[in-house]
Amino acid sequence: EEDTSYSHKEKHFFTHKPNMATILGKESGLNLKETELCLGLPGGGGVGGGGGGGGGGGSSEVETPRATGKRGFSETVDLKLNLQSKEDLNENLKNVSKEKTLLKDPAKPPAKEILEIEGDLEKYFRAQVVGWPPVRSYRKNMMAQKVSTEDVAEKTTSSTASGAFVKVSMDGAPYLRKVDLTMYKSYKDLSDALAKMFSSFTMGNYGAQGMIDFMNESKLMDLLNSSEYVPTYEDKDGDWMLVGDVPWEMFVESCKRLRIMKGSEAIGLAPRAMEKCKSRS
Amino acid sequence: MAYTFSFPEEVLEHVFSFIESEKDRNAISLVCKSWYEIERWCRRRVFVGNCYAVSPMMVIKRFPEVRSIALKGKPHFADFNLVPEGWGGYVCPWIAAMACAFPWLEEIRLKRMVITDESLELIAKSFKNFKVLVLTSCEGFTTDGLAAIAANCRFASFIFLISQVLNLLDFNFVFELVLNKGHKFESKLCLCLVNLRELDLQESEVEDLSGHWLSHFPDSYTSLVSLNISCLGNEVSLSSLERLLGRCPNLQTLRLNRAVPLDRLPNLLRRCPQLVELGTGVYSTEMRPEVFSNLEAAFSGCKQLKSLSGFWDVLPSYLPAVYPICSRLTSLNLSYAIVQSSDLIKLISQCPSLLRLWVLDYIEDAGLYALAASCKDLRELRVFPSDPFGLEPNVALTEQGLVSVSEGCPKLQSVLYFCRQMSNAALNTIARNRPNLTRFRLCIIEPRTPDYITLEPLDSGFGAIVEHCKDLQRLSLSGLLTDRVFEYIGTYGKKLEMLSVAFAGDSDLGLHHVLSGCDNLRKLEIRDCPFGDKALLANAAKLETMRSLWMSSCSVSYGACKLLGQKMPRLNVEVIDERGPPDSRPESCPVEKLYIYRTIAGPRLDMPGFVWTMEDDSSLGLE
Repeated sequence: EEDTSYSHKEKHFFTHKPNMATILGKESGLNLKETELCLGLPGGGGVGGGGGGGGGGGSSEVETPRATGKRGFSETVDLKLNLQSKEDLNENLKNVSKEKTLLKDPAKPPAKEILEIEGDLEKYFRAQVVGWPPVRSYRKNMMAQKVSTEDVAEKTTSSTASGAFVKVSMDGAPYLRKVDLTMYKSYKDLSDALAKMFSSFTMGNYGAQGMIDFMNESKLMDLLNSSEYVPTYEDKDGDWMLVGDVPWEMFVESCKRLRIMKGSEAIGLAPRAMEKCKSRS
Repeated sequence: MAYTFSFPEEVLEHVFSFIESEKDRNAISLVCKSWYEIERWCRRRVFVGNCYAVSPMMVIKRFPEVRSIALKGKPHFADFNLVPEGWGGYVCPWIAAMACAFPWLEEIRLKRMVITDESLELIAKSFKNFKVLVLTSCEGFTTDGLAAIAANCRFASFIFLISQVLNLLDFNFVFELVLNKGHKFESKLCLCLVNLRELDLQESEVEDLSGHWLSHFPDSYTSLVSLNISCLGNEVSLSSLERLLGRCPNLQTLRLNRAVPLDRLPNLLRRCPQLVELGTGVYSTEMRPEVFSNLEAAFSGCKQLKSLSGFWDVLPSYLPAVYPICSRLTSLNLSYAIVQSSDLIKLISQCPSLLRLWVLDYIEDAGLYALAASCKDLRELRVFPSDPFGLEPNVALTEQGLVSVSEGCPKLQSVLYFCRQMSNAALNTIARNRPNLTRFRLCIIEPRTPDYITLEPLDSGFGAIVEHCKDLQRLSLSGLLTDRVFEYIGTYGKKLEMLSVAFAGDSDLGLHHVLSGCDNLRKLEIRDCPFGDKALLANAAKLETMRSLWMSSCSVSYGACKLLGQKMPRLNVEVIDERGPPDSRPESCPVEKLYIYRTIAGPRLDMPGFVWTMEDDSSLGLE
């Protein structure tokens, strides 16, 4: 089960439990080994884990190079982390227990940023030791749903981080699919993908680039009079438009839903599409 | 004077047909060769606890007439994201083999496995009598696969327990397909969709979802037995639902989702007064007397209702509406209900027949005390954390709550309890109060928390549990624990079958105690403990008597894993390490994760790049 509040990549990050000293060193450019950075993670994952655990879990002192090509820490830390505000952070730092002292060398006080990063991470790790407490993701999500209903409204407009999923329906097909428009780079890509999805239905060839040629009115009208299928979409304004009328990026932003219908049905759209087209150019 | 005494085979077979339990069947098959033969030909249900322990062909060869198969794949800790994605648990080879061998297969139940659309399609094509598909925490398929099943299985009763994979759209689609094809479900249809995750939180597609799939159940369809949509986030058409419920007299289970408003619940209930299990929708609305009395009357009309769940977003003043039926309730799942202790107390005090309670820690000690006073028949209690990642306690729930229940509920057998403090004294009391405990899972939220009174480890407390609860089958430990607790477990935990350990112990001695002492141990899962090579190697033989051992973030070296793999050909010793090949590090370097399981199928061939099976001597060509 996946924890939906973090991206897939971040999940991999957690299972790595990277060596804090090297990573923070990389992050800030300081040689943190000199400051004897020691993060007493509950899992004993830090070098010198404390308590009754006897440091068993973290006994490896071998550097662990990232052989797997997964994202390094510095990349993942920019992604949405549930970090506290700075005020809370300083509060927490004061409350940090002895076992979790961040620095052992008082002669070299840390730069404020490092403390804050460590504090963030420290709280983050403490809160997010993988799989602990053993609450299944499903339960976590269900509880979180209530809390995040306010967030949902804000998220409605941004689609980039989590993809731009739109429904795709095709008249006459029992299929209803969903595609992530951010997975495609162009109308052609999308057209190929749709063709594969609805392969038992012909979509016709409506243009070499998978785009309707809006500039050629007569060609357009031919297409729309035929029984060929054309892709249409509902845009942000709630209008149904012919796919291909705007640059790809704009399309991804504004497309709310896709519907593949017979050209003859789409004909009603054409004038409006043309209008909108003309008003844009 | 020896005489042989034997029944004709048919008689024996008839006798065996009354033996359902797996364990008993296995025992029968060991009596003598002829019983083995007879039994294997008439075994209809097979349970494979680890899909890699045996190959499909082996099962098929031994049990040629199987009608129902259950398989489990990933280790239990996969539930908590400890098993990397892609680890395995593929059911495809099983389906492919069974497609040829078991044409009359009726049931497939899978847990924590990966099943593809191709497999689902194969199921649909191959088994003409297919009836039951249960997928619990599975992944790997899309609606195409489900549609194939839905479209082709005339006699199917589906129970889909799906974790994370489908979103609502896909769900709509399945039903569209099923119902557009005009299929009549000739037997009971059980629809149970749990853990649907929505990919799409952004859109509020109310207009599409209202009734979209529900309205497609044909008017002639009357066979619904169970409908569970509790995890769907969006609205369904209530009028369609009402019509559906009204014509399905066999409906026993109805679990609604959050989006079903409370004031519509009475209408729904009125149409299915025979309901046995109900999950409400959202349990709050404007407080209006007529709504309340309507609701109360509707509940009163459900004379068979025994189980309640749901209760999303509770408005306490509506809770009394269920009071009329409380005396009959045997199961109450309030584990998503945010309700204060005082309101919970009022509710629970009215439920003397309660056998099972799942609740959030909002119940607090006071609520558990009331539970102990009112529910003398209680068998199972689960208390979940409302704020598992909070640093400070947010509720007044301590060890006292559990102590009260152990005192007041003489039949209590099964406990799952999340809390933030515990003492040896409390555990001792619980143990003495309740020697009939069979499942005891305690999760003290902060790892390595000592006895809060004495600041000592909780060794003696858990020791008391294993000592007094002689029938204890399942135990999960937490808190500050030394090797001592394992000594107790090894000494007293003779019936223990499953043990979960985290952040505990000092040395290999701990693990050694468990492996050498727990005679009935089948599953052992360990994380973040300082257990290394010695105990493992010294008890290598023990591992063949268990289903599996999981160790992650411990101190088992690669060298030890290799050795174990070499010496124990009937174990698969899998090293899971996302840092890259273990060969690239010194042999003394500990592995990240280790999964050892007994098998007669040899090393598996479907491992991803981060899993290495340690080769045994025979495969190195030394035999």
